[in-house]
Amino acid sequence: MTTPTETSGPASGAQPDGASTPEPDKQIEGRSPGRIAWSRLKRDKVALAGGAVVVLLILAAVFAPVLTALFGHPVDEPHPDQINPDLGLPKGAFGGISGDFLLGVDPTFGRDVFSRIVYGAQISLLVAFLAAALSVCIGVVMGIMAGYFGGWVDSVISRVMDVLLAFPQLLFSIALVSVMPNELLGLGDTGVRVAVLVTVIGFFGWPYIGRIVRGQAMSLREREFVDAARSLGAGRAHILFRELLPNLTAPILVYATLIIPTNILNEAALSFLGAGVRPPTPSWGQMLSDAVGIYQADPTYMVVPGLAIFITVLAFNLFGDGLRDALDPKGN
Amino acid sequence: MLVYLVRRLVNVVFMLLVVAAVTFGIFFMVPKLTGTDPAMLYVGKIADKAAVEGIRHKMGLDKSIIEQFWLFLRGVFAGRDYNAGVDMTHCAAPCLGYSFKTEQAVWPLLLNRVGVDISLAVGASVLWLVFGTATGVISALRRGTTLDRVTMTVALAGVSLPMYFTGLVALAVFVNQLGWFPNSYTDFADDPVSWFQGLVLPWVTLAFLFAATYARLSRATLLDVLGEDYIRTARAKGLKEPVVIGKHAMRSTLTPILTIFGMDLGGLLGGAVLTEKTFNLRGLGYEAVTSIQSSDLPVIMGVTLFAAFFIVMANLVVDLLYAVVDPRVRLT
Repeated sequence: MTTPTETSGPASGAQPDGASTPEPDKQIEGRSPGRIAWSRLKRDKVALAGGAVVVLLILAAVFAPVLTALFGHPVDEPHPDQINPDLGLPKGAFGGISGDFLLGVDPTFGRDVFSRIVYGAQISLLVAFLAAALSVCIGVVMGIMAGYFGGWVDSVISRVMDVLLAFPQLLFSIALVSVMPNELLGLGDTGVRVAVLVTVIGFFGWPYIGRIVRGQAMSLREREFVDAARSLGAGRAHILFRELLPNLTAPILVYATLIIPTNILNEAALSFLGAGVRPPTPSWGQMLSDAVGIYQADPTYMVVPGLAIFITVLAFNLFGDGLRDALDPKGN
Repeated sequence: MLVYLVRRLVNVVFMLLVVAAVTFGIFFMVPKLTGTDPAMLYVGKIADKAAVEGIRHKMGLDKSIIEQFWLFLRGVFAGRDYNAGVDMTHCAAPCLGYSFKTEQAVWPLLLNRVGVDISLAVGASVLWLVFGTATGVISALRRGTTLDRVTMTVALAGVSLPMYFTGLVALAVFVNQLGWFPNSYTDFADDPVSWFQGLVLPWVTLAFLFAATYARLSRATLLDVLGEDYIRTARAKGLKEPVVIGKHAMRSTLTPILTIFGMDLGGLLGGAVLTEKTFNLRGLGYEAVTSIQSSDLPVIMGVTLFAAFFIVMANLVVDLLYAVVDPRVRLT
């Protein structure tokens, strides 16, 4: 890999004559761009806090069965004793929050909201990460080709991106979900829904990264290191993925971190509109949608999933913002 | 300029054709793949074979997909007759299809609904454009101050909150607790005062979400622009600061704002699905979701095209405005 960064080795003339240098023995070390970014990120407490929350959320989703066994009840287990049979609402105050039910119980069934939030995180994060991976893969390949080859390749890819951005995504996604069968290619109901969600969210997301990568690739292809590789006889694939791609790592990484919160919001929105995973599989958007009719009587059931989405998205955004600032060569 | 306009208009038509073809293709292919019969959807499961055949013939579903698409396109310009023997239905131009479920043409249906979305989008967009951009600009000019930190924290929270959650909270507080606003939509023509009152909450909720994005974007862009050489030149030649900011810096700051404004406004005009569901407004998004639930394909198709039209047109207007706002842009 050839990196067209400013030479970060010992700067010439960094040591003026005289004894005023504070630590004359200390070896001046060249720092790679990656290490500079890491040291910046380490100083950004807000971004680190965001990152820590993200890690905790991922752990919570992965160890959902353990967490619910320790602090909650089985995710689909109804607790009719917690429900006022006349109203169909939790008996206890604040949505039935108690030592036994940390975040209360849901209306009608009396299922443990804590367990459903934790399992909802699984769906939310799974869809968000897979969709982000899909967007990044398509976006990087398309963007790098459009930017490097230019000409008709660029025209075709750019036009495709324009058309995709002109699609009413949300409507289209709901419509697509609604015509999908319950079982497909050996996937069960939840599997099909997750696959469709990942596909529509990921597929509609790639033009955003495609445009960024295209712009970067366009300016990088004029650089000397590309000429050098070409004159050494490197093939197209080598130049695209061995020379250009490593130099695009920073924007791709930043974009990938920032597209995940967008995907979480999109997944929640689709679930809110009834196009997410089907009940009884829990999801945050679906819980909010259930809360629409009863938020006056049971506001807790609206606030809990709302806050879950808010905290998750905020954590990803904080970390992504910090990462972007840390990787920005113009920053200090 | 004229050449540019003609080329762009050709482009608009092309984009709409592609969107129409893709939507058409998907919604007429998917039922075939999954083994559901669109004609069956209309007549119900208990209908006899003859009735299914009749509706299939009347809708033109017995023709090839190319032929069906051609009939659809011709209908848009020339109107269309649906024949089945003596039973004939006329759909006047512009015919975007005919819903056999509700026994009405799609176009008047859409016209009936779009008023809600225009009211919603125009009011909210004025709010978010003014407040979002102003906040971002002030933050950038007062960079590093408490004001900057507080507004940017609020903006970050704003982009991390799902709109339907803030909407529900707003409803719970301002409609149910305080009773300040009604939760119903009145046509502007019927009663402008009720129209305004009913839309205040949706406007503010929607504008808050978008204003947050615009504040972040305009702050980042203005900070970038202020580092440019031409700003230093403007200051060096002795221009007063308000002129430097207002006349020189703001023009290129507005370019990226305009870009996303076009997309956002176009998207909202074509149906604000989430806002409509949260505030129980009956606009295009509501119509789309209802028709998706009842598998009313012609209506889904119509809304998708209508929405794509708004997005494409908004982008065209934005591209023309670039030349007015940014002195670096020439339309060629």
